[in-house]
Amino acid sequence: MGKTTGFMEYKRVEQPERQLGKRVKDWKEFKKNITRPEIQKQGARCMECGIPYCHPGIELNNGVSGCPLNNLIPEWNDLIYRRRNREALERLLVTNNFPEFTGRVCPAPCEGSCTVGLNKSPVAIKAIEKYIIEQSFQNRWITPRPPAARTNKHAAVIGSGPAGLAAADCLNRAGHRVTVFEKEDRPGGLLMYGIPNMKLDKQKVLNRRINIMKKEGIIFKTGIYVGRDMKVTELQNKFEAILLCGGAEKPRDLNIPGRNLDQIFFAVDYLKASTKAILGERKQNSQINAAGKNVLIIGGGDTGTDCVASAIRQDCKSITQFEILPEPPQERQKDNPWPEWPRILNKDYGHREAEAVFGSDPRNFNIKTVKFTGDDTGSVNQVHTVQVKWEENGKGNYEPREIKGSEKKWKIDMVIIAVGFLGPNDLLIKRLNLKQSSDSSVWTDKSFRTNQEAVFAAGDMRRGQSLVVHAIDEGRKMSYEVDKFLKKKF
Amino acid sequence: MDRKSNGLYDPKYEHDACGMGFVANKKGHKSRKIIDQALEVLVNMSHRGATGSEEETGDGAGILLQIPHNFFKKEMKKKNVILPLAGEYGVGMLFLPRKRSVRKKIFSLIKKKIKAEGLSLLGWRRVKQNRDLIGQQASDCCPEMFQVFVSRPENLSDKKYEIKLFVLTRLLEQAVFDLEFKESFYIASFSHKTVVYKGMLKPGQLEDFYPDLQDSSMTSSLALIHSRFSTNTFPSWERAHPNRYLIHNGEINTLQGNINWMRARESLLESELLGEDIKKLMPIIRPGGSDSAMMDNCLQFLHLAGYSLPRAIMMMIPEPWVNNKFMDQKKKDFYNFHSCIMEPWDGPAAVAFTDGVKIGAVLDRNGLRPARYYVTSDDLVVMASEVGVLNLESSSIISKQRLEPGKMLFVDTRQGRIIKDEELKQRIAQQQPYGKWLQKNLIHINELSEKKNQCVQDSKDNKNNRDKDNRANSNLDHKKSNCVKNTSQKEINNLLKKQKMYGYTFEELRKILAPMAQKGIDPTGSMGYDASLAVLSEKPQLLYNYFHQLFAQVTNPPIDSIREKIITSTMSNLGSEGNLLNPKPEDCRRIRIESPILTNKELIDIKNLNSRGLKSAVFSIAACEKKLKNDPQEVLNELFLQVDRKVKKGVNLLILSDRKMKDKQWPLPSLLAAAGLHHHLIKNGNRTRVSIVLESGEPRTVHHFSVLLGYGLDAINPYLGYKSIQDIWERDMLEGLDIKTAVNKYRKAAVKGIVKVMAKMGISTVQSYRGAQIFEAVGLENKLINKYFPGTVSKIEGMGLKDIMRETLDRYQKSSRKSMSGTYILKSGSSFNWRKGGEKHLFNPETIYLLQQACRNNDYNKYKKFAEKIDNHYSRRISLRGQLEFKGKNEEVPLREVEAVENICSRFKTGAMSYGSISQEAHEALAIAMNRIGGKSNTGEGGEDENRYTRDKNGDLRCSAIKQVASGRFGVDSLYLKNAQELQIKMAQGAKPGEGGQLPGKKVYPWIAEVRGTTPGVGLISPPPHHDIYSIEDLAELIYDLKNANSGARINVKLVSKSGVGTIAAGVAKGKADVILISGYDGGTGASPRTSIRHAGLPWELGVAETHQTLVKNNLRSRVRIETDGKLLTGKDLAVAALLGAEEYGFSTAPLITLGCVMMRVCSKDTCPVGVATQNPELRKEFKGKPEYVVNFMKFAAQNLREKMAELGFRTVDEMIGRVDRLQQKKQKEYWKLSNLDLSPLLFQPALENQSMRYCTEKQKHELADTMDNKKLVELARPALEQEKKVQYEFNINNKDRATGTILGGKITEKYGARGLPEDTIEFHFYGSAGQSFGAFIPGGLTMKLTGDTNDYLGKGLSGGKIIVKPPENISFIPEKNIITGNVAFLGATSGQAFIRGKAGERFCVRNSGLQAVVEGAGDHACEYMTGGRVIVLGETGINFAAGMTGGIAYVADVNNDFHDKCNRDMISLEAVTLKDEIKFIKNMINRHIEYTDSSYARNILKLWKEKKLDFIKVLPDDYRRMLKTIEKFKNDGLTNQQAMMAAFKENNQLEIRGTGN
Repeated sequence: MGKTTGFMEYKRVEQPERQLGKRVKDWKEFKKNITRPEIQKQGARCMECGIPYCHPGIELNNGVSGCPLNNLIPEWNDLIYRRRNREALERLLVTNNFPEFTGRVCPAPCEGSCTVGLNKSPVAIKAIEKYIIEQSFQNRWITPRPPAARTNKHAAVIGSGPAGLAAADCLNRAGHRVTVFEKEDRPGGLLMYGIPNMKLDKQKVLNRRINIMKKEGIIFKTGIYVGRDMKVTELQNKFEAILLCGGAEKPRDLNIPGRNLDQIFFAVDYLKASTKAILGERKQNSQINAAGKNVLIIGGGDTGTDCVASAIRQDCKSITQFEILPEPPQERQKDNPWPEWPRILNKDYGHREAEAVFGSDPRNFNIKTVKFTGDDTGSVNQVHTVQVKWEENGKGNYEPREIKGSEKKWKIDMVIIAVGFLGPNDLLIKRLNLKQSSDSSVWTDKSFRTNQEAVFAAGDMRRGQSLVVHAIDEGRKMSYEVDKFLKKKF
Repeated sequence: MDRKSNGLYDPKYEHDACGMGFVANKKGHKSRKIIDQALEVLVNMSHRGATGSEEETGDGAGILLQIPHNFFKKEMKKKNVILPLAGEYGVGMLFLPRKRSVRKKIFSLIKKKIKAEGLSLLGWRRVKQNRDLIGQQASDCCPEMFQVFVSRPENLSDKKYEIKLFVLTRLLEQAVFDLEFKESFYIASFSHKTVVYKGMLKPGQLEDFYPDLQDSSMTSSLALIHSRFSTNTFPSWERAHPNRYLIHNGEINTLQGNINWMRARESLLESELLGEDIKKLMPIIRPGGSDSAMMDNCLQFLHLAGYSLPRAIMMMIPEPWVNNKFMDQKKKDFYNFHSCIMEPWDGPAAVAFTDGVKIGAVLDRNGLRPARYYVTSDDLVVMASEVGVLNLESSSIISKQRLEPGKMLFVDTRQGRIIKDEELKQRIAQQQPYGKWLQKNLIHINELSEKKNQCVQDSKDNKNNRDKDNRANSNLDHKKSNCVKNTSQKEINNLLKKQKMYGYTFEELRKILAPMAQKGIDPTGSMGYDASLAVLSEKPQLLYNYFHQLFAQVTNPPIDSIREKIITSTMSNLGSEGNLLNPKPEDCRRIRIESPILTNKELIDIKNLNSRGLKSAVFSIAACEKKLKNDPQEVLNELFLQVDRKVKKGVNLLILSDRKMKDKQWPLPSLLAAAGLHHHLIKNGNRTRVSIVLESGEPRTVHHFSVLLGYGLDAINPYLGYKSIQDIWERDMLEGLDIKTAVNKYRKAAVKGIVKVMAKMGISTVQSYRGAQIFEAVGLENKLINKYFPGTVSKIEGMGLKDIMRETLDRYQKSSRKSMSGTYILKSGSSFNWRKGGEKHLFNPETIYLLQQACRNNDYNKYKKFAEKIDNHYSRRISLRGQLEFKGKNEEVPLREVEAVENICSRFKTGAMSYGSISQEAHEALAIAMNRIGGKSNTGEGGEDENRYTRDKNGDLRCSAIKQVASGRFGVDSLYLKNAQELQIKMAQGAKPGEGGQLPGKKVYPWIAEVRGTTPGVGLISPPPHHDIYSIEDLAELIYDLKNANSGARINVKLVSKSGVGTIAAGVAKGKADVILISGYDGGTGASPRTSIRHAGLPWELGVAETHQTLVKNNLRSRVRIETDGKLLTGKDLAVAALLGAEEYGFSTAPLITLGCVMMRVCSKDTCPVGVATQNPELRKEFKGKPEYVVNFMKFAAQNLREKMAELGFRTVDEMIGRVDRLQQKKQKEYWKLSNLDLSPLLFQPALENQSMRYCTEKQKHELADTMDNKKLVELARPALEQEKKVQYEFNINNKDRATGTILGGKITEKYGARGLPEDTIEFHFYGSAGQSFGAFIPGGLTMKLTGDTNDYLGKGLSGGKIIVKPPENISFIPEKNIITGNVAFLGATSGQAFIRGKAGERFCVRNSGLQAVVEGAGDHACEYMTGGRVIVLGETGINFAAGMTGGIAYVADVNNDFHDKCNRDMISLEAVTLKDEIKFIKNMINRHIEYTDSSYARNILKLWKEKKLDFIKVLPDDYRRMLKTIEKFKNDGLTNQQAMMAAFKENNQLEIRGTGN
């Protein structure tokens, strides 16, 4: 309800950001918090719909519409309007273990399907979410609360990304003994190394949560790649349930001539190195650094943008970004009606930063990378492209056609490939002899059970590359099944 | 034909209403003339009765007279029987089987019984019948009739002899009942004073059928007569009135409760007069009778047990005394005392009664039936539903009066006079010192803690325990005073745990409880109910949810508990009743509670009671899980046993409690425990010795409370509801309230809500609502019903006791689980607002998306996807149709052979959505779309702009084909009615049947006000009832009126589905409706109380099936079309509707969705973001809908239906109608709740009689050719019509001439539009008593002058015409003291003038919006809901003047200096008339009044004008005054009228307008 006429009276306000010029000089979070009076107005804009389209998280026309976590958005929007932060937190935590993550990194499909968005700017749902959780941290409402009783059932969570963390959190609260295994040196998975610090602060946000979880009794074992550093049988002996949340880490490659030249990296590797560097491990992989280089990022998704912003902070000489798809329209098209996920042009933080630093949007659309060529040292120094046109192939699908005469060469010193992921790593799948789906994801039944007894899987590893909210959702749902399983089993 | 119930039809729903009256010589002179006059009265009210499918078969007519001794003497002499002297023998009038052998058996049985009672049989007489004259149906089942004559023992007083005969009657009934042929045995009367002749006859047939009645030796000094209009047409000779003591026009709404309570009292009854015989008289109320017969049973019993007739009537139908400022204290004490020993029989009623010597009549407390009487100079008293029914010399009439609400007309022929109400009641009220008795014994609940010290003697142990209790309980009260907010987390957790246990949700707390506490009203919602029926839901349901509220429609009116709260009462008494037949002072040793919802403190006080006559005990309704699961019946039995034991020990305040439970215990559903105990105690005769109070955490909303009270609970303490309010308050969610106010408001809202639930059934007192069981169950097994809720209807069987417990325990178990975050978290709840994983809704993100995309892009495949989702996925857990599937697939026909989409679309309609509730853009888009496809759109209640009656340039027509006539009558004038293809009378609305509505001032934008004929910014009220429809014969009258106003339009009557709607529909069909719409409970709404949206009414599937079955059985099906609506979405929905019997289909929500609605459910807030349900110009800009979208939807639905038809092998829709044999119930074994669901009554196929049809094939005979208009008026007015020439004529008129002038008025409008002809172009002068609706809807230029008097509905909907009514010159009564026009004159008048010399009945000028009228006196509720116009009342008024009046001005001469009290000042202010213009206006109007009516009274006023003008008080509605002032201000600032209105409207919206809480 908020205020019934709020949506007519108040305008949407975005989360304030730090000054473009200043923020690119450091790696601190670029967003600031909205003030209390302002956030109340933003809450008042919610119409508390009879059907809250922000909330369902359904698939419409190949896109997600509404919150995949089914966040009870209208409920906490209203509570924020009424300044009932504590109750808002209660309702927020009903569906979301880590609002501080989603409040920062989620692309907010909720806002895409917000009813106010039908003919005005949607409610600033994401900002409100972040406000609620950050206020709660500030007020020390979020404190370690170990479960009152323990079941003494043991569960192993493999992978500490959003799915793994959510699963671990839920199972721990249900009283089970949870150990999380992480192959990297720090827990957090993609949250740690897949998302740059200016979007999600590792120390202030991620570790704040992990520390709470530790205090609540969850054991984190980092640097252990299960299947390599630890035998699967050992795991199976020690734990009554194994939860696989290893993500879909295998990056999609660009198999074009010159791919094996130096200075061509996958985005995951680049971002990991970058984060490690700022966390004080400059030595490792130090050659993956954009400083002073003409950098090209292939791929126009969120990861690509993160690479853009990171490269800028590493003082690159220039920045270019390719997207094979056409430039999205400014407004919704007829074939993309509300409440579908809006396929419209969105100038993200990295693009704005590039504009500020280099004077132009780095993005190039309808462009296909044809080959890389290198210099004497074996490093890439030129990228060859051609413009494409998307045409219907007669079967209802659109295909890119190269436009003759549009070939172009780009002088580039470093290429970052950010064109998505293929699926989970093979190692564990082989060791556990897991059944896979056609897209190489781990197969499970509706209860998240794999073909192996007591082995469950969730997150990207199960459903393929996706959003953090989906991962959290998967982790939660799986843990519900695991809880049932553990309670029943003994 | 059979009378048994099968399928959905049940004879128990039969209702009747009628014309009734009596004729008496007050001196007791017997004559043949009295009988002749009575028969004349009867015949002249023929139009108030009805005929069935056969024209010659009437619904019933009869007469009760004194024993015609001379006649019987003569007749019996022929048989050689010499009768004793008059009064020395008794006569029984018996209806007997036609089979001689059976009769013989009965004869011998009767002989035996007569002898056994110490009487002797004097002789038999076969009553002659003339069967040739009556209809086939009636003749076929006509019983043989015999009169039996028995002796009178010596030394037996009149009274004792009457008792003897009563006992004999009862014994005979019982004895024959035990034989097999009970059906055809009936005793019409058995008395030594009176005899009844009656039967299944038309009024005109009575005399011919019984040659006895023609005999000149027949004499009587009094006679009751009655003509019946019944909703059923099943042949019944016995159901005709009179019964043995009374005749009744009305309906007893609280019948089931009255029966139960009388039954419960039986064990306590003792009577010196009746002695041992009393046992033979049980049960007092014979099962199976009509409500009138049952009332007759009760009256006969009370009377013969020693009460005088008027006293018995005062006990059964008390006046509204609680809120009556004018009532004498003694009388008040009488009623107050008797409220402790008996509950009222509540419902609209005109009752006339006689014991053969005294004769009288009385109206219900609200005066919902008409009754007028004349007294003549030759001692004749004639009382009847109408005037003009007896041709009397006008000079002989010395008084013309109406029976006033609650007042009694009483003639004692022995004393030879009329005993005035006041005298009669005073005498009765003074028989005992009731006031003293009350003072001594009756304790008000507030006095309990004070009196505690004096009368409560507690043992110490008990006291200690209780004190602890008290501390815990009074915690809340303590906090109230301190206003401290410091609840600990532990307490919060405990609260949450309990809330979860009882199924509280976040939605419920915030959307229902919080608003109750904040605003003190039951909150409203929008867009209807699209979630699961309780029995289909996958979410655990509270038991309350299986019970649907019943409501009044057609056969009786709902009442307006807000504007007419003067007649409502929420008080009741706790403690033991005594012997009804011998009231003693101790019988009022009771605790008086003002509200059935007890505060914590009140409950503690009751718990502490332990004194003489008032002793309480607490009974836990909790038990351990295992027991509840395995043997819940045993748990209940143990509870009953415990109670019985304590009752034996003198405990009379039973407190059922679940407040404290032991470990591992769970409570029974409180409704189960309470209703079960109530019925257990009725059965063992203890119920009236005790009161049952519930202390439970479970009930918290209006519906919960209503069901509990409806099933017999005396009072409820919803402690968890209070606690929850406290919690909400502590969380600062209630603005500006202290906790005490918050809790009080919550309680107030609850009580207000309960009163509203009662009111929608037409019940006005909690006392009689209690136990009245105004509910029906859906999906509960009959075994469960019969055991714990006997008397409740449950057509669809389903869950049993164990299933209920399983569901309840499931909820309990889940409630103890904490959430993953380690705390207790309330579920979101999703009964109204959709949530993922919550209740299933038909409308959800997926279906709305598909439907919108399909219709916008004209994409049938997408629509099919949508339909597939609805049919196969959602419906199966939401609706009854989802449980049905087609059967017999092998007769498929090719799609091309199925009738075309265009054809099918002509059966489609859009629902009644008013311009006002939706925007102009949306309203017109619907109209254009429906006109394009040959369907019909509906104006809804808000009128229609004249400019929509002509086509647009592109050929589109924005005129709605259906014009609705709803209770508010906004914009209903002659022109509006003329521009319709169909006129729909809205009797009820699916989302809030039995309720009115309100358009708050904030939404009455200038353009809305213009169309509705009202003032911008001033709120508008639609009353719950149509004030011209209180009964079925009234509805028939309105149908007739509308048909007169536009003979080309079909008349459609909109009903809402409920059990018994079939019988109502039969009545409506007999009332000559052309179409009957059966709406589902799930229909949409702009704003309705959430309680009603979900809990009132039934799914249309049940209503359509029952209606179809009943009409087929009655041979009425071929006369009417059946229409249905209620979330119709897909071809399958339509096919199911057709197969169940519906021919036409209405859509509302779906078309709105195609136009952009996204189910915000904020229609009532004027914030619809898509411009559909808003008037806000900014938001209306966002409207993106197009008529094409609606057209696409309609075509898709038709196409989808065609595909189903092809599959089923039907080529036309007509072939499908009623073919339930092509439906079967889906097997849904996968879900346990559905495993016992039995839809077979829905699928019952009644046998078709010869020539009867399954669908409508013929037209109703409206008999317009017989009207005075068509026979004379139109022809004579031709010069005026054609050339605007003046015409003047004179006519005689009588009460059978109804709606006179209306057809002529229609012709004027047709030609001259809204403005009509110049004033007085046509002047017609009538002489006599005009029938109902004289001058209805007449436009300007037509002046109708009447010398005589008129019946009800004078000048209904007056649209500019002029009406003058005055008495003849040679009269012997004083006009201003006598009634000249009936009730509800000028209802909904929009313009015109009226001058009435004399007094008007009740409800003068209700909903007037433009008429200027002068009248010399008015009854109760005058100017109610008025929104415009000027009314001048020169004499006294009744009470409740100006209730709900929001516009217009009344000037009342306060001749008795009591107007301030008689006026309902909730919305108006009274001021002196000081403005010169106003004084001039009044004087001018009075001058014209004199000119037109020659009123000596008015002349006298003008003569003394200086002095008399000071009498006038101006009645001015507050909002109206403010708006007028503001508009004036802006006009003075130089704005145009239009601009000023908009500016004033805007300014007005800045103000916080007082919510009247409709």
